[in-house]
Amino acid sequence: MKKLISKSGLHSNRKWALYTSYGFLIAFVIFFLFPPYFMLVTSLKSNTEIAELATNPWIIEHGVTFEHYWSLLSETSFLTFFRNTVVVTLLVVAITMVVSVLAAYSLSRLKFWGSGILATGIFLTYLVPETLLFIPLFKIVGWLGLLNSYWVLVLVYPTLSIPFCTWIMIGYFSSIPKELDEAALIDGANHIQMLLKVFIPVAMPGLIAATIFAFTVSWAGFLYPLAFIYSESEMVLTVGTVTTLIKGDVFHWGGLMAGALLASAPPVILYAFLMDYYIAGLTSGATKG
Amino acid sequence: MADVSLKNLHKTFDITEAVRGINLDIVDNEFLVLVGPSGCGKSTVLRLIAGLEEITEGNVLIEGNIVNDIPPKDRDIAMVFQSYALYPHMTVYENMSFGLRLRKYSKNEINKRVLDAAKILNISELLDRRPKQLSGGQRQRVAMGRAIVRNPKVFLFDEPLSNLDAKMRGQMRTEIKKLHQHLKTTIIYVTHDQVEAMTLADRIVVMNDGIIEQVGTPDEMYNAPKTHFVASFIGSPSMNFIPCQVIKTNEDLYIKINDKLYFSVPKERLDRYKVLINKEAILGIRPEHLTNAKQHIHDMYEDFNAKVKVLEPMGMDTMVFFDISEAEVCARCDPKSVGKVQSDMTFTIDKSQIHLIDIKTNKVI
Ligand SMILES: Nc1ncnc2c1ncn2[C@@H]1O[C@H](COP(=O)(O)OP(=O)(O)O)[C@@H](O)[C@H]1O
Ligand SMILES: [Mg+2]
Repeated sequence: MKKLISKSGLHSNRKWALYTSYGFLIAFVIFFLFPPYFMLVTSLKSNTEIAELATNPWIIEHGVTFEHYWSLLSETSFLTFFRNTVVVTLLVVAITMVVSVLAAYSLSRLKFWGSGILATGIFLTYLVPETLLFIPLFKIVGWLGLLNSYWVLVLVYPTLSIPFCTWIMIGYFSSIPKELDEAALIDGANHIQMLLKVFIPVAMPGLIAATIFAFTVSWAGFLYPLAFIYSESEMVLTVGTVTTLIKGDVFHWGGLMAGALLASAPPVILYAFLMDYYIAGLTSGATKG
Repeated sequence: MADVSLKNLHKTFDITEAVRGINLDIVDNEFLVLVGPSGCGKSTVLRLIAGLEEITEGNVLIEGNIVNDIPPKDRDIAMVFQSYALYPHMTVYENMSFGLRLRKYSKNEINKRVLDAAKILNISELLDRRPKQLSGGQRQRVAMGRAIVRNPKVFLFDEPLSNLDAKMRGQMRTEIKKLHQHLKTTIIYVTHDQVEAMTLADRIVVMNDGIIEQVGTPDEMYNAPKTHFVASFIGSPSMNFIPCQVIKTNEDLYIKINDKLYFSVPKERLDRYKVLINKEAILGIRPEHLTNAKQHIHDMYEDFNAKVKVLEPMGMDTMVFFDISEAEVCARCDPKSVGKVQSDMTFTIDKSQIHLIDIKTNKVI
């Protein structure tokens, strides 16, 4: 009898825990989905409806229109921006991952003189904010003759992404038990094989986290393109969308919202795709646990 | 299938001297067990043989060749780790074949070897699973399989059973023994568990604090320990140690434990114990050589009385605990004839089985 009561007590406790967590989750989802929802709704309204103060901003009252998307794609350089962003981002992610994986491997496993200090030093460079860096960087990239070209971004974004990604990867690599390398060493692996066949697959969740970070730095970067690039043909999405759709004090809200929505689609797709791998958590079962 | 020699092997980590001059010859096909308390340097010795640690001083020889500067993969050894160290992202088949694939064996050869090893270890149905889908015992088998497929000259095991529960451990112990008989290869096996050492080994090496205390067969270790440490480490329940003095009266020697308790030294040992006359010593005697009073079938038996403190029935025998001048002593007695707690009881000591330890040198005389 006593047992029954305590059991049902546990049951209702659990129910309440579930209700509360669902309640909070729903509140957060609504909170975070409002901006994209607002973007979507606004981008589908006609200019007159956007300008009209009397209408409800959260719903479309006067019919759906795709005119903003159409003019964005045909009358502005949006597609050029998109292409430039894709090129920059792919290169930045590739450079970042190659450099930081190699750096993290050597810093976590090859104990050489000063490796510990170097690992901390790399992280410290990440702490210097880009708002401080862009002025001296301007001189440097000007001297390199890279001003006003999207290649400048391929050069400077890794200075932000490599330290952080290296740091993430050092963490993941260090958590791989030492016996695993030793087993691979006895099995006959050299350093490259060890990295490619053991470390990278085992640290895949870390690799994905780092990739997402590098992707975000590069895709959503605003300050560096604003400072270093001024031609429309070299411009990337973030700054390009804003500069072409805000003329003086005229805001093309419909176009801005359509541009922002299209620009944020690739990251969302990427996250959704990689999240599964990320959560799959391949590390368990390496050793005893 | 090779002999291994260690010559004056030293290993120092920063300031810790983990291995301090080991000399050892391991013969072909031998099952050698390195045993000792945690931190005594067993794993370090194994890792020096494997080539996972750099040698500070001395030499490691495999088949007569110095291998100090040869990387692990070229030493033709295989190692089974305590934590198994299976590759988590690979299936059992891939785990077992990894070494062969790196060495560019043909597909057919790899397949044959993996299937053979899987059959020996009874893991043929598990080949498609990943390590996290396996139980501890199964992971242990896979780790051994990974070693077997390479068909190495020497197998190194570092506490392979210590992550398993007691029942599984017993089972795997038998399997490892069978495996050795089947593979006929040299095995160097590290454990801190003296029972494992006794049951598996052809020869046991007892290590303590970076040096070898004694090398010998399990039988020698048990019956003729050479040092205090070995005497206390080998055997379960462990040997009793009672402080004593050796005194001489006329031509006879006595082992004096206290004013009331003396044992005469057997004739065969008079010469041996002469060096201890009037010195402090320790009398070592195993519980099974202290029993309830029984008929003296030879003159090596002698009786004495003590007050029973604690009884621990174990079924076949009952362990009887009592004090002899500050030392707690355990005797292995017949359950039918043990006294009650706090009562006086007569015990018989088998003097042919005593060990006298010089407390200056800690050596058994
Ligand atoms: N990589 C290392 N760095 C520093 N000290 C170590 C290292 N490996 C082992 N030691 C030290 O060497 C001694 C012997 O260790 P080990 O061989 O692992 O002992 P066992 O395997 O017998 O428990 C210990 O005192 C340990 O702390
Ligand atoms: Mg150890």
